[in-house]
Amino acid sequence: MRDTVRFSLNGDVVAVSSIDPHTTVLQWLRNHRRMTGTKEGCAEGDCGACTVVVGESRGGQWRYKSINACIALIGMMDGRILRTVESLKGPAVASHPAGELHPVQAAMVACHGSQCGFCTPGFVMSLYALYLTEPSAPTLAQINFWLAGNLCRCTGYGPIAAAAQRMFALPRPAWDDAHRTADEAALAVLDTDETVLLEANGCRFFAPATEQALAQLAAESPTATIVSGATDVGLWINKQGRTLPVMIYTGRVRDGDFSEVSISPGGRHSQVFIGAGVTHADAARALQDPTLGELWRRFAGLQVRNAGTIGGNIANGSPIGDLAPALIALNATLHLRLGDERREMPLEGFFIAYGRQDRRPGEIVIGLSFQVREARTLAVHKVSKRFEDDISAVCGAFNIVVDNHTVTSARIAYGGMAATPKRARAMEDALVGKAWTRATIEAAMATIDSDFQPISDMRASADYRREVAANLLLRVFLERAEPKTATRLVGVGGAFGG
Amino acid sequence: MTIKRDSSRRERTVGGIGDSIAHDSASKHVTGEARYIDDLPEPPGTLHVQIGMSTRAHARVVSLDLSNVKTAPGVVAVLTAADIPGENDVSPTPTHDDPIFAETLVQYWGQSLFAVVAKSRDAARFAARRATVVYEDLPAILTIDEAMAAQHFLEPPYVMQRADAAAAVDAAPLKLEGRIEIGGQEHFYLEGMAALAVPGEDEDMTIHASTQHPSEIQHKIAGALGVASNAITVEVRRMGGAFGGKESQGNLPAAVAAIAARKLGVAVKCVYDRDDDFMLTGKRHDMRADYRVGFDREGRILGLDMVQAMRCGMSFDLSQPIADRAMFHADNCYYLPAARITSYRCKTHTQSNTAFRGFGGPQGIVACERVIDHIAAHLGLDPLLVRRRNFYEARQPQLAVQRAAGFPSPPVRSTTHYHQDVEDCIIQDIVDDIVRSSDYDRRRAEIRGWNATSPVLKRGIALTPIKFGISFTKTFLNQAGALVHVYADGSIHLNHGGTEMGQGLNTKVAQVVADVFQSDLERVKISATTTGKVPNTSATAASSGTDMNGMAAKTAAETIKARLVALLAAKWAVPLESITFKAGRVSSGAQTMAFDDLASLAWMSRVSLSSTGFYATPKVHWDRAAARGRPFYYFTYGAAVSEVAIDTLTGENRILRADILHDVGRSLNPAIDLGQIEGGFVQGAGWLTTEELVWDAAGRLLTHAPSTYKIPAMSDRPLDLRMRLFEPSENQEETIHRSKAIGEPPLMLATSVLLALSDAVASVGGYAHYPALDAPATPECVLVAVKRVRRAAGAAG
Repeated sequence: MRDTVRFSLNGDVVAVSSIDPHTTVLQWLRNHRRMTGTKEGCAEGDCGACTVVVGESRGGQWRYKSINACIALIGMMDGRILRTVESLKGPAVASHPAGELHPVQAAMVACHGSQCGFCTPGFVMSLYALYLTEPSAPTLAQINFWLAGNLCRCTGYGPIAAAAQRMFALPRPAWDDAHRTADEAALAVLDTDETVLLEANGCRFFAPATEQALAQLAAESPTATIVSGATDVGLWINKQGRTLPVMIYTGRVRDGDFSEVSISPGGRHSQVFIGAGVTHADAARALQDPTLGELWRRFAGLQVRNAGTIGGNIANGSPIGDLAPALIALNATLHLRLGDERREMPLEGFFIAYGRQDRRPGEIVIGLSFQVREARTLAVHKVSKRFEDDISAVCGAFNIVVDNHTVTSARIAYGGMAATPKRARAMEDALVGKAWTRATIEAAMATIDSDFQPISDMRASADYRREVAANLLLRVFLERAEPKTATRLVGVGGAFGG
Repeated sequence: MTIKRDSSRRERTVGGIGDSIAHDSASKHVTGEARYIDDLPEPPGTLHVQIGMSTRAHARVVSLDLSNVKTAPGVVAVLTAADIPGENDVSPTPTHDDPIFAETLVQYWGQSLFAVVAKSRDAARFAARRATVVYEDLPAILTIDEAMAAQHFLEPPYVMQRADAAAAVDAAPLKLEGRIEIGGQEHFYLEGMAALAVPGEDEDMTIHASTQHPSEIQHKIAGALGVASNAITVEVRRMGGAFGGKESQGNLPAAVAAIAARKLGVAVKCVYDRDDDFMLTGKRHDMRADYRVGFDREGRILGLDMVQAMRCGMSFDLSQPIADRAMFHADNCYYLPAARITSYRCKTHTQSNTAFRGFGGPQGIVACERVIDHIAAHLGLDPLLVRRRNFYEARQPQLAVQRAAGFPSPPVRSTTHYHQDVEDCIIQDIVDDIVRSSDYDRRRAEIRGWNATSPVLKRGIALTPIKFGISFTKTFLNQAGALVHVYADGSIHLNHGGTEMGQGLNTKVAQVVADVFQSDLERVKISATTTGKVPNTSATAASSGTDMNGMAAKTAAETIKARLVALLAAKWAVPLESITFKAGRVSSGAQTMAFDDLASLAWMSRVSLSSTGFYATPKVHWDRAAARGRPFYYFTYGAAVSEVAIDTLTGENRILRADILHDVGRSLNPAIDLGQIEGGFVQGAGWLTTEELVWDAAGRLLTHAPSTYKIPAMSDRPLDLRMRLFEPSENQEETIHRSKAIGEPPLMLATSVLLALSDAVASVGGYAHYPALDAPATPECVLVAVKRVRRAAGAAG
């Protein structure tokens, strides 16, 4: 057990110990290091002003990715490479005594990409991650993908989008390679298998590096808070001021089923397994499924998808988590582990009531699996006030199989309609065995009231939720029965691009 | 900005008037080196203060028990009204109705009751939640409906009128009635409210604040501490966005920090986190407009009788001039032969609503455009046709002169409902231009054809113009000051009373000063705005920052320049007029000297190289009691064409394309002006679509963070945006280099988005039933309108 968190900050290895484990990366940068380039805009991972870049190696692949420093806990940095806006400029040379601007920065200046400048460091870091990842100037759709998690209130975004393209036209800076070489070297030293324990003020933060150690720690501390991406736990800390006496962090686990996506060959029975520790971004990349990919694209912002995990989204049990309806419609199986004991259950049964799941004390979610063929008939539609970086008013997932103009099976689940993600049994019953016609659909739409009594809140009224939930079934029908009818504004199959 | 200094002789300077120079802080923005209040190095021992807030909308405070707060870890002190040495007030007007700490009565959920000073910001934040407050609830008035029913107003209704509107409507061959509800808007500046108070000797205090109005903070803190204004210095280098939200609402955190710093004798910082900022501060006023309009068969308006009800919140703040400005813009670009605009200023137990880009103007313009759109729908005409038929007469520069000379009132369609003549109307030219460049007519026809073939998705298009009045309507505020020093090495130090919030004001004013001396822009050092250098300033607001501070700085620079010219004329024995400044050199005939050498010569010759400058906007006057006068020096104009698509299953919508043509006169900096246009348009589109403020039945704001309040994100900008400055153009009035103000007006170009959505909704009823779409047109609001139109069409069919 190591009692020091070690990571690389802008090229220097730093060791942090005896620090309150609730300290966020942003607080550590700003208050402990007085590095004030990274800003706090919301402290909940929605605005991106605090964006930093993390370097890591996954499956032998080196990469940089953006995350929100405001909801990342300092212990989560162990064994990682952290780059902040302060590290982008080139070294001081005679022609540029203060260091030459990085192409990302120079393009932002040239395109008038900043006005008040407060969101700018966050945009610069998201652009930096884009720059280090994409081989060439991005399309507008790619820019939207990379920057959906950064809010700007001044520019209207156009100049920033222009900078995202312009930066690729500037000469590549030599110092980027030097940084990467240094970062890879640092990672080789930092990447170890021992469990890290950060302890201060009576609070303990464990960061095990193997699935075995994770399962054991969880079993030994059944009341511990399991922390994955901290995309929700970070808010408990920042917004509610909650004290979490014991936290067990899953993000260092790199082995076992927990951290992989696999597709088992088996013909008709070929199966997908997604480890609980896999981030949304990685899962989307591994599966390359257009339907789930579109759902993931509208799932928070990229920084949150880079941090949040599949297991976290499910285990959290939120009624508005977007993944659960889709996975229930896929008839997914949930894999749990308590100590050395594993069990499986249909995901649908996991959600018992609001805030209550069928997880025994000390048990952890290991992963989810579903049949590949189920995904071929899946349709998912998310409706929110804003297209990206928003929480669903309604999210509907429809797995409807039609054979010879007759519905042979239907699994339909909604988020945002009840206290848990929930199946629409009456709607399913109204479809199965019936002819695949508009009349059948309209009859099924009318069942929504018997399946759901949604609430009114700041996102939508109960009436809107009911109506849209029913209309989404009609959209699914139209898309299959009348493919020439335009039904989507943007995104996959969108009538207007973007 | 990379400007290389080049000492060789050149034709022109770098960074002069009309150059698209980058924002002066751009390089610091992108590196994170630009400092905001919370980034400043903290003096040793700096403490942090958190405001404790009311958890009732309207209640008597029976008791306030802070004993659990005092014993929380890290807490150093608590503050209540009893700790205020001077006046318990931060209101920006003489109404004295914004207490720093409420004492016996709370009037909104979130109101400041007390403060906690602690060693860290988190310690203070979480300690504040431990207060025990006993309330005796009082009935709360939360909505416009409730305030109107209870006649609960800040002040009596105010009326602007010309001719007999009611009679004109009654006598008109056609008439319509309608109502539009327009939601409020949270500023969502990315940098929340922030202030750092540093006590000095005697009673001195320096405040670093994120504010548009340093002089007011100086004044209010002096009052709160019971000291003279000369003891308080307020400084602001830059804000991380403001949009009007930091015109008056920055007073409270600054005052709280100053009171704590005075009491404890150390520096104290007050930084609102995002949720606190939403809960404590006012927003754009939501407004309801009820209208009766009479018109002829061509759609020409004969009379308009409009009642505007604005939700002001619990105190005056700036609501009076804001509601006035909504009234001033009830005509937008249209001549109203008879008009009566009645305004109710509803007092509600909610956050005290405040300035927000446009300052009431946007609400007035949206309401006006709704009336025009409604008339067009009623007559089955293209709304563009109705707009054109109602425009003010083009260019009437001699009207005021004629009137002053005692000519009878000219029979032109130029007089507003507040009796100012519109002398500079160019909206016809702008609209003609954008109709061509946006291919409006063809696209409108194409969209209608497309809609007939698309059962689920529908498209809509709308063109809306704007006319926006420039000047503070409280006439005395139209003044500004500047201070310019030239150092003996020829470098220039510039200070003025305006504040930089991202709008590029400092860059533009520096361009003006560099131009006077014909120096490169990099020779002009822009320094933080401080009450110690330029006193008694007005807020940087009303889009007037460059107009006024640019003129003041120009005057200061020209004063120094005149001294330099006199010096050189005597030295060279040449006439004053023969001396010219060009590209870093000063010449007369063949004699020439580098500007830097001239500065040195002036110093050696004991000539002052420092000057103040002052500017007061000419021509403006306003008699509020009579509701007559010339509140605006000039008007600015623009137009936008927006095309949208809606999903009739969900109400979701997108802006497919927007074309914008906007007049800035002779642009001082086209890049900055275009940046204001694009940013303003997108911000306005957010206001009218996704940005929805929701309070619960108890008066608690539920949307208080970006997770629940949705400003536009990257993909919400129009898929295709085409912007142009209207050229050639120059201000008819003698403004700074004949430019025009730019800060606020472009926001109102987004009215076209709301009316394009309305056009798309109308398609589901074959354009026979007016959707009467309210704002914000959220997906839910659009879907409800779709159903309403379908129902009407079903009933009619």
